[in-house]
Amino acid sequence: MEFGIVELSRLQFAVTVMYHFLFVPLTLGLSILVAIMETVYVMTNRPIWRQMTKFWGMLFGINFVLGVATGITMEFQFGMNWSYYSHYVGDIFGAPLAIEGLMAFFLEATFVGLFFFGWDKLSKVAHLIVAWLVAIGSNFSALWILIANGWMQNPVGAEFNPMTMRMEMTSFFEVLFNEVAQAKFVHTVSAGYVTASVFVLGVSAWYMLKGRHIELARRSITVAAAFGLASAFSVVLLGDESGYSATHSQKMKLAAIEAMWETEPAPAPFNLIGFPDQEARETHYAIKIPWAMGLIGTRSLTTEIPGINELVEQAETRIRSGMTAYDALVTIRAEREATDPAVMATFEEHSADLGFAYLLKRYVDDPRDASEDQIIAAANDTIPTVWPLFWAFRIMVGLGFGFIATMGYFFYMASFKGMQFPRPALHLAVWMIPAPWIAAELGWFVAEFGRQPWTVDGVLPTAMSVSHLSMTEVALTLAGFVVFYTVLFVVEMGLMLKYIRKGPFQDVEETDAWVKRHNDRLAGRKNADAIAMPAE
Amino acid sequence: MILHELMSYELLRLIWWGLLGVLLIGFALTDGFDMGVGALLPFVAKTDTERRIAINTVGPVWEGNQVWFILGGGAIFAAWPPLYAVSFSGFYLAMFVILAAFIVRPVAFKYRSKRDDARWRSTWDWALFAGGFVPALLFGVAVGNVMQGVPFYLTDDLYPIYEGAWYAKFFGLLDPFSLLTGVVSLSMLVMHGAAWLTLKAEGPVQQRARAYGSRAALVAVAGYVLAGLWLAVGIDAYAIVGDYVTDGPSNPLHFEVAKGGSWLAAYAVRPWIAIAPLMGIAGALLTFIGLRSTREISTLLFSKMAILGMISSVGLTMFPFILPSSTNPGSSLTVWNSSSSHLTLFVMLGATVIFMPVILMYTAWVYKVLWGKVTEADVSENSHSVY
Ligand code: HDD
Ligand code: HEM
Ligand code: HEM
Repeated sequence: MEFGIVELSRLQFAVTVMYHFLFVPLTLGLSILVAIMETVYVMTNRPIWRQMTKFWGMLFGINFVLGVATGITMEFQFGMNWSYYSHYVGDIFGAPLAIEGLMAFFLEATFVGLFFFGWDKLSKVAHLIVAWLVAIGSNFSALWILIANGWMQNPVGAEFNPMTMRMEMTSFFEVLFNEVAQAKFVHTVSAGYVTASVFVLGVSAWYMLKGRHIELARRSITVAAAFGLASAFSVVLLGDESGYSATHSQKMKLAAIEAMWETEPAPAPFNLIGFPDQEARETHYAIKIPWAMGLIGTRSLTTEIPGINELVEQAETRIRSGMTAYDALVTIRAEREATDPAVMATFEEHSADLGFAYLLKRYVDDPRDASEDQIIAAANDTIPTVWPLFWAFRIMVGLGFGFIATMGYFFYMASFKGMQFPRPALHLAVWMIPAPWIAAELGWFVAEFGRQPWTVDGVLPTAMSVSHLSMTEVALTLAGFVVFYTVLFVVEMGLMLKYIRKGPFQDVEETDAWVKRHNDRLAGRKNADAIAMPAE
Repeated sequence: MILHELMSYELLRLIWWGLLGVLLIGFALTDGFDMGVGALLPFVAKTDTERRIAINTVGPVWEGNQVWFILGGGAIFAAWPPLYAVSFSGFYLAMFVILAAFIVRPVAFKYRSKRDDARWRSTWDWALFAGGFVPALLFGVAVGNVMQGVPFYLTDDLYPIYEGAWYAKFFGLLDPFSLLTGVVSLSMLVMHGAAWLTLKAEGPVQQRARAYGSRAALVAVAGYVLAGLWLAVGIDAYAIVGDYVTDGPSNPLHFEVAKGGSWLAAYAVRPWIAIAPLMGIAGALLTFIGLRSTREISTLLFSKMAILGMISSVGLTMFPFILPSSTNPGSSLTVWNSSSSHLTLFVMLGATVIFMPVILMYTAWVYKVLWGKVTEADVSENSHSVY
């Protein structure tokens, strides 16, 4: 494949959005963890919990601001780099994006300032409410952006209007309650919760290893392990839900993730490991688990899951149908209201396949002129590159089970074993810190790369979505973003590490005094070991 | 859904045209003073304490203010998709420069005080300055270009194509008229930032803000009047010709547009719109007077009035045009041909009616909690903390 404006724009989008998603998951999860800690503080009135709220809140703030800075780019990038996309689906896609601003960004952005500046200006309860509003705002923002993204994966509630040459909304409710969007939302926010839990766990484990800030660390571990265990279960179960919804909406993506070339008799086996070979269209050395795929993908023993080869044949049929639609469209554009009803009827009948005719635009200007070879080539283009999807998915899933195991272990040790963590376990927790980020980025890779060659599945190919720009312009901005983001990322990591090393530094006297009193009280009680008490 | 048929497509388009103005003005009124304070920072605040005072006057609120910008982008996308597609891809590199400013600015606000190091802090001060100065100028430049029309056309597929090589696309934006409108918007926002600073700060910062702000107010008025004269003699307007419908499908190619005449002709057809430029000029003059006296609250209100008048005068003058095409007038975007569908406009209006009052309410509450001057004592008392 030659590297042109389409590929460069894709690279630009992928780079900026993946940077953005370095900060997003921690914001989603840490906002909630901080709000939970502050809730405990307000309920028990123990200064240590306020110190925890301020400490983790500080790290939250350092991370949050880069989520904002990188997110601003995203909001405008569709128009800048994907102008035909913006024209073609803005009628549907723009709505959730705008509602995200109205409902979520305003909420969190307005209150986040008050969270930091308001400690002395607000009552305890009012400040707690502010903390929760920030958390709710962040999580709402994920909801709306994923409704937008879910629509690209499964474009429901819309139809093509030949008069305006674009998709137009027919039902807002279908867009809202898109099953793919719902599945994505819960999976993605759970991923954020796992990320924050692993982060809090890892940093606290490091304090334990260093023997510093033990009081803060063990309480933080208790919260992180409990919240993290629940989230890790939910990310895995709801990941399964994502796979299940992909079975209906994106059969090609599913088949590619599984490297399933031929339709297998139901219930299909699951390829645990293997080496997909795109040229030969087969998977070498596959280790299969019988029935598993059929059960996961369809939740039944009798429904067939189509393989890649069968899907390519279906694509070919749809391309031919799309060519008929395109032919009618050209007439409608010229005649407008005066179009012969018979042409209108032909168009209506085939318009669902119009997007498939656009796949030919890579080869010919007018899809109606396409040769047989070009039709076949376009049909083959509907297969994404299989091996990266296959492996990315398996790593994500493997990490998912790893998080359940780790969180389960720490939860057990914290709740029933008096917080006596062996050192290797603490080291493991520190080393785990990057893992959820890897899983989340790979997850997006699976979802987005697996959607290729479409930006909107079955509706608009990526190659047509792009703006009319020169390579120079896109290369300049790409270089600019990479430089800016990298500098800011390095600065951010520097500050994070600085403040983690420094440890909690606010309300120190008050907290230490309380801890001492508290430990004396515990020691005064018979047989009471301070460390063995459940966290307060 | 039949519900949306209750409101005519034409009315919805008008409402959304108005809301577009509300968003732009909302952005200029709120984030405008943040940008103004940024652009004034090196001039009004010399010592570190002074800088921290100036920065902390906007520290807790800039983040919410900035959402007006984001919402502006989102609302254009949802309500005027062709405008979103044509303008942002057409002004590509200029958009990048604006984005760069909006990327470094939040980081500068949050990270500046997190290290006690003179070089670190002065670097971020420069970022804050650029993050205020550059967008304040470029937004005005964009307005100048829009009034003159920009060189784009739409293919039969409605694919937008902006003409010219990349350097010409970028540097071509900086023509004399647009630079003038750029100066107007910059000085207008500097004036607004100064009005804010005099309200929230004391001592030398407040003194210097008065001095710079009152000069900026005069520049804004002079530039605005000059631009108006220029429009009268030197710049072609656009007009829809032939029959057209106001509730038809959003397809610019269904319209015929001619270039020629003067934008100011609008004042003959709709004389009442003269109220906008009058408000703009009066507001800026009153701000000038206010900045030299001690009536800080009313000065801020006058400054808001100036912004309201100046920005709305542009929209009212150009109506129904939103983005005319200079090289291919038949592709021009107007209120009647570049909105989203009837249903989408209706749904988005519903969302706005529900959320906007809530947003205004809690924003007002936050400003109330934070009411009062930022003093030297505040800043030094908190010097061990990190905000
Ligand atoms: C609202 C829409 C949306 C959302 C929420 C995301 N993406 Fe996406 N993504 C697109 C809309 C999109 C797109 C506009 O459709 C792209 C650009 C080109 C393309 O084919 O799809 C795309 C491409 C794209 C690519 C490049 C794929 C390729 O070139 O083959 C990657 C790796 C990602 N995205 C990753 C992400 C990540 C990490 C996201 C998390 C924030 C994310 N996407 C959110
Ligand atoms: C590609 C599409 C995306 C766009 C256009 C986008 C847009 C934005 C914008 C404009 C901001 C800054 C908001 C502010 O200043 O307050 C932001 C931040 C954020 N976004 Fe994204 N985003 C995208 C992807 C995502 C995804 C997929 C998620 C979650 C699953 C997400 C969740 C968040 C969160 C939690 C923040 C943190 C900071 C904040 O909201 O202020 N975003 N995004
Ligand atoms: C057993 C575990 C898991 C399963 C079965 C699973 C399944 C999936 C599937 C099928 C998708 C693609 C959805 C689509 O095509 O639209 C996906 C996407 C994703 N995954 Fe996972 N996943 C698992 C674990 C994880 C973990 C541990 C994380 C991160 C901590 C994660 C983060 C993501 C993200 C961020 C996406 C992209 C958003 C989305 O499409 O929902 N996943 N996952």
